[in-house]
Amino acid sequence: MSTSIIDTAAAVSPAPRPGAFGNATHLVCRECRATRPLGPHYACADCFGPLETGYDFPAVTRAEIEAGPKNIWRYQPLLPVPADITESRNMEPGFTRLLRADNLARELGLSRLWVKDDSGNPTHSFKDRVVAIALSAARELGMKVFACPSTGNLANAVAAAGARAGVRTVVLIPENLERPKILTTAVYGGTLVAVRGNYDDVNRLASEIAGEEEGWAFVNVNVRPYYAEGSKTLGFEVAEQLGWRLPRQVVVPVASGSQLTKVDKGFTELVRLGLVEESPYTMFGAQATGCSPVARAFKEGHDAVRPVRPDTIAKSLAIGNPADGPYVLDVARRTGGAVEDVTDDEVRDGIELLARTEGVFAETAGGVTVATLKKLIAGGRLDPDAETVVFNTGDGLKTLDAVADRVGPGSTIDPTYAAFASSVLGRPR
Amino acid sequence: MSVRVRIPTILRSYTDGESEVGASGATLAEVIDDLEARFPGVKGRILDEQGSIRRFVNVYVGNEDVRFQEALQTPTEDGAQVSVIPAVAGG
Repeated sequence: MSTSIIDTAAAVSPAPRPGAFGNATHLVCRECRATRPLGPHYACADCFGPLETGYDFPAVTRAEIEAGPKNIWRYQPLLPVPADITESRNMEPGFTRLLRADNLARELGLSRLWVKDDSGNPTHSFKDRVVAIALSAARELGMKVFACPSTGNLANAVAAAGARAGVRTVVLIPENLERPKILTTAVYGGTLVAVRGNYDDVNRLASEIAGEEEGWAFVNVNVRPYYAEGSKTLGFEVAEQLGWRLPRQVVVPVASGSQLTKVDKGFTELVRLGLVEESPYTMFGAQATGCSPVARAFKEGHDAVRPVRPDTIAKSLAIGNPADGPYVLDVARRTGGAVEDVTDDEVRDGIELLARTEGVFAETAGGVTVATLKKLIAGGRLDPDAETVVFNTGDGLKTLDAVADRVGPGSTIDPTYAAFASSVLGRPR
Repeated sequence: MSVRVRIPTILRSYTDGESEVGASGATLAEVIDDLEARFPGVKGRILDEQGSIRRFVNVYVGNEDVRFQEALQTPTEDGAQVSVIPAVAGG
């Protein structure tokens, strides 16, 4: 257990170096469009709306991207990171596999299905992408402490990235987090604090700390406009791996909702830069019923998302007060999609279905997306004849409890051929 | 009722940089009106044009999000802490 006292006297350097944020030029409020200079700001001073990164993109070609490294830095011109980002100590996440999932497609009655398997990242979730961008922002802003509130995957990614970069980390988690996610954070060292409360309580605490402590980069609080941009790379990769075209349908898990909105932003930017042809796509959001504030708002036709108290095994999606919920609603409605939710038993079924058909062991969030895919097909809302990409954003090894009482040895036998023949092959003794 | 109000960074220009100020009122609405009387302009940042809490602001009385309670009519007991926190975080 770490008992270290954090140095809170860390100073923030006054101005970032030229090119510190690549082609990013400013922050802009998603609500009222007010702008402010690049810096450790995340909420609009006028209306509290979320700030996001704005760019002045140069011409970028497919060949330039394809000549880049086999990680997210191949998209450096489209991210708020400096041109020399590859020289920094980071986790080099991304360029995970896009698996053609013919077995699962057959089982579900789909003509063509792909799984974007982001469990292949360094700490086994998509969070390595966003954290790599946040780490760059923290470094360029001269911030000294790298921190986050987390439902687990982010905790892993922050602790590991901080260790590799030699930056002090402070990770706040709800005390009831799955044990594997606690251990796979603590092993990297740094300060890990278990908080009595749920994720929304932890998130609130992080926001308060971020407002008090100078020089602390909370990846998903005060450097969130940069951090969130990392999820665009999921969209970039899917398009590039499909041969530079957009998929027709996408199913994405929704926690805060940031990932879904940034995949959409990524697709939009690829079209704007002429890297893919414009073609219609439909985005579906996936939630667990025990924490489905966005799905509920979608179904009830609301623009606002009413917070809920989460109660689901899909803890990585258990955000009862999702910051980007309203924008998920916008994207789903604009593209003709939907936000659907599935029960915990359906989540478990989804995990087993993906594992059994494609050899991919997803964490609970992946179970949510696969189960939602199935439900959307059954409800006639997802076109079975249109190419579909479903996202698995984490590794089943971190959420073993979800399937612990459902799978196991079919039999236990003595070490003899006779016992094997009898018990496994069904031959009479 | 006398309460303490935690002020987020982006509203501290209204409170001379103070991160916590005192206020009075029996409900959250009264507390916000009292804040407005002493720090003009602050109410318009917390509430929208219709007088509802802005969608990207979270307000807590004690540890409870007022959206789970009675919103602006949530009672503020003597000695309670009210926290105003940007909602754009997490995930």
